Parts: sequence; structure tokens; C-alpha cells
Amino acid sequence: MHIAEGVLSAPVLVGGAGLALAGTAVGLKAIDYDRITRVGILSSAFFVASLIHVNVGPSSTHLVLNGMVGLMLGWAAFPAILVALILQAFLFQYGGITVLGINTVIMALPAVICYYAFRPLLFKAYKPAMVGAFACGFCSVFLAALIMGMSLIFAEEHFLEVAALIFAANLPVMIIEGIVTAFCIAFIKKVSPEMLPGYGGQRPEDGGQKTDDRATGFQKARK
Amino acid sequence: MVRERNHRAPEAKAPNHRGRKNDDGRQTCNSQPATRNLAQKTKHKTLNTKPNPMITEPFTVGNSFVHRVDPRLKLVFAVMLSCIVAVADSLSTLFAGLAIALLLIVLARLDGWAVLKRLAVVFGFMAFIWVVLPLTYPGVPLVEVGPLQLSRPGVLLCLKITLKSITILSILIALVATTTLSAIGNALHSLGVPGKLVYLLVMTYRYIFVIENEYQRLIRAARIRGFQPGTNIHSYKTVAFLTGMIFIRASARAENVYRAMLCRGFNGEFHTLGPVAPYTRNKAFTVLTSAAFIIILGLEIWNQSSP
Repeated sequence: MHIAEGVLSAPVLVGGAGLALAGTAVGLKAIDYDRITRVGILSSAFFVASLIHVNVGPSSTHLVLNGMVGLMLGWAAFPAILVALILQAFLFQYGGITVLGINTVIMALPAVICYYAFRPLLFKAYKPAMVGAFACGFCSVFLAALIMGMSLIFAEEHFLEVAALIFAANLPVMIIEGIVTAFCIAFIKKVSPEMLPGYGGQRPEDGGQKTDDRATGFQKARK
Repeated sequence: MVRERNHRAPEAKAPNHRGRKNDDGRQTCNSQPATRNLAQKTKHKTLNTKPNPMITEPFTVGNSFVHRVDPRLKLVFAVMLSCIVAVADSLSTLFAGLAIALLLIVLARLDGWAVLKRLAVVFGFMAFIWVVLPLTYPGVPLVEVGPLQLSRPGVLLCLKITLKSITILSILIALVATTTLSAIGNALHSLGVPGKLVYLLVMTYRYIFVIENEYQRLIRAARIRGFQPGTNIHSYKTVAFLTGMIFIRASARAENVYRAMLCRGFNGEFHTLGPVAPYTRNKAFTVLTSAAFIIILGLEIWNQSSP
């Protein structure tokens, strides 16, 4: 999910940078030094996850997983994604300096929205939780593609067709992202539920019993 | 920076427990994980048939003119030049910008082929734009091929976007990719970027390589068990579990690292050392890039005022 250099006009670039700056400021305020190591290492996990390619028919796409990052980090997703993008620019030259702001907004704003929208669903019963997780993955890419298309159209009204094509090309990515996020969250819920927001120390699958025994989770996963 | 010795914290626990039961506890405790790690290392070597690191930094090391400039200066001028090229509108300005960017790459004595490979990232998107925009952009047709009309403003816009994109990426490669990340973090800190953000950046960079290794290990394990990625739920499920495992291990590692840092006296303050490498070409670089900036700015203003 990148907008390349040289496409956008100055007002969009400045607007994106401003929004990214505000979001990052809020995010940095939310992180204290106890959590910063965690945010940094999860940010590198996000960076590595975006290198994972999955097949879609004859071609392939890479995972975005901004929904997952949003769920795990909340507002801290802004600095985490900004840092991952800086490193992508530094290591791979994916996107340059001027689009850093708008690209951060494209991925981090949906992440924060998904955090607030789908956090309450995660520890409900199996079905609503899976649907919520799928919707989280789907919506994070959907919103990202939407913001991306809108910023293209704001920059140049004749970009309508380009924006529409990019949005359409991202449709399969949304579905895959939804599936992967759903399974990923189901997996994390079984193995290490305390990583997710709203975890109250109980496992809904165990009938609400308080348990710290991870072995039960593994055995359940195997069945 | 804190270095994490225990590469596989959760797994290494088991031999430790066994070692504690032994009579001469200390000896066994230390030696067992070591032999275990050694065995794993050799195992990896035989299994890893093609060592193909996903993350490489071909440009950071060098001894050229650009490598010997203070990272702070490089960052400031990279931002200034990128911004002015991004908002420029006339073709002559953009060609001047491209020439300056290429000059910087030559001054950095980078391998042309490697630079081209890095620039290839944007070629896909550029090809897409060149196919779509001339057909959909309204305006005077430049060429008519059967029923299709390639509009003149559309082609012009494509050319501008391509020039801007290549120029900005070249500036990034020449000025930013020729700096080590620790130097960039250092420069950002002394330029007034909040310490937390710099710390986050350096921390993330430090662990990218560790987590990438972890990912390689997981995917190798999946391949050995006969995993072949395809377009089906099973593949997506496998990838999802694998990704979940990456996040879980990253989280566990974060706990361990934070505790280790506390042990070493981390109190929330992040110290950066001043510039260390012999940065001797600062004045020449400042004169050169300022001149380049003024040339681009002047060209743009001149072009805007006399259309």
C-alpha cells in the first residue's frame, strides 16, 4: 500500500504529513518507556510480515497486516507504521521522503479505526470473534485503499480511473487480508491471548474459566 | 544498543532445567545450550540451500565524497531537494533535478546496476500509469491509434511523474541510503526529532534482521513438512499461523529485551553519541547542494513567471 513519489500535489502531501505528524504525536504520547521496546519489536514484525508473499491465482501479493498492528498497538500504530515506512524507504527505496506522511496516514489511520471498531468483538463467542477478525483485516485494507484513492483524486481530478483501477486491484488483497487476519487472531487467542486488547484473563472457549495453562490451548488447536 | 545473546529464549529453557538437576550444575548449564546451538547452526547450513537474504544494504559502506559528509547535512538537503522536486511543475526544472540527482549518485560512486535494480521498484507503477493515463486523460490528442486517442496532457503528466519519481528516489539512494542507520538515528536526534521516535526507529531496525531470521526458520520448517503455497484456504491458514507465531515470538522477545535492558540500567533515557566518522567534506557538500537547490528553485520560478 504505497503511493509512489511524484504523483501527488503539494496540498495533499502537506495535508498527509500534517495528519501523520498529529497521529504520531498522539501515538508517542500513548507509549511510555515500558512499552516502547514492545512497540519497536512489533513494528519490526510488521515490517517482516509485509515481506511475506501469498499466492493469488497466477500472481502474488504481499500481506499488509495494518489491521493486526492496529489491534495490538492502538494509537501507537502511527509511530510504529511511520518507523516501518522509514525503514522501507531506507532499505528498499519503497516510497521516498515526501510521501512518507501520506503513506503513514494511508496505513495507520485504518489501523486505529479498526482498533476501536473491532476490539470489543475479539473475546466474544467463536463466530462473532472470527467475523470481527475477518472484518478487521478486510476493513483495514479497504479503508487504506479508499484513503489512497481519495488522495489521488484530490491531487488530480483526472486520476479517477487510475484510482478506481488501484482500488479494484486491491479487492482480492482485502479478502486475503481478512482471511489471514481471522486465522492469525484465532491463533494468537489460543497461544498468547494477553497480546490482544480486551483480554480479561479468561478464555471464552473454556467457558469463561480463568486459566493460565497454555497447554489446553495447544491441545484444543490440535483437535 | 542492547544485544540479545539468547537467540531462542523459550526453547533454550528446557536444557537449562535439565542442567539444574545435575550435580555440577554450572558446567552443564552453560555447556548444554551451547552444544545445542552449535548443532542447530550446522543443521541450518545444510538445510539452507540458497542463502538469499531479503534485506540488504548495498550502499551504506563506502569511502566516496558523499559518504564523508555529515549525516545531518545529508538528511537536511535530501529533504529540501526532494520537496522542491515533488512540487515542481515545469519539465526543464525536472530534468535539472534529475541531472543533479544522477550527479550525486556518481559522486557517491555507487554501483550503477545496483542503483537501477533499486529504482526498478517504481517501474511497475510507472508502466501502469503510462498505459492508463494517456488513454483516460482529457485533452488534445497527440497520436490516434485506431479508436484510441493518446492525449497530450496525459503523456506530459506521465513524463512528469516518472521524472519526479526517479529523481526523488535517486536523491534518497545517493544521500540517505549511503548512511548507516545508526548515523541517521543520531542525526535525527540532534536535529530535534523526539528521542522516543529515534529510539523506536533504531530498535525496529535492530530487530528486523532477528525477526526476519525467525521468519526464514518458520518458512523452512513449513517447506520441509511439504508446504507448497497456493491459492487455497490451507495456504492462507498456514501463512496466518506463521505470521501469528512471528508476532507472538516478537512479543515474547520484547519482554526479554526490556528486562535485559532494565538489568543494564535503562532508565528511559536514550543517549546518542556525536558524529564519529571523519566527516571532512561538509563545506564542499553544502556549497554544491545549496547551488543545486538554488538552480532548481530559480528555474522553477523563472518557468512559472514566463509561461
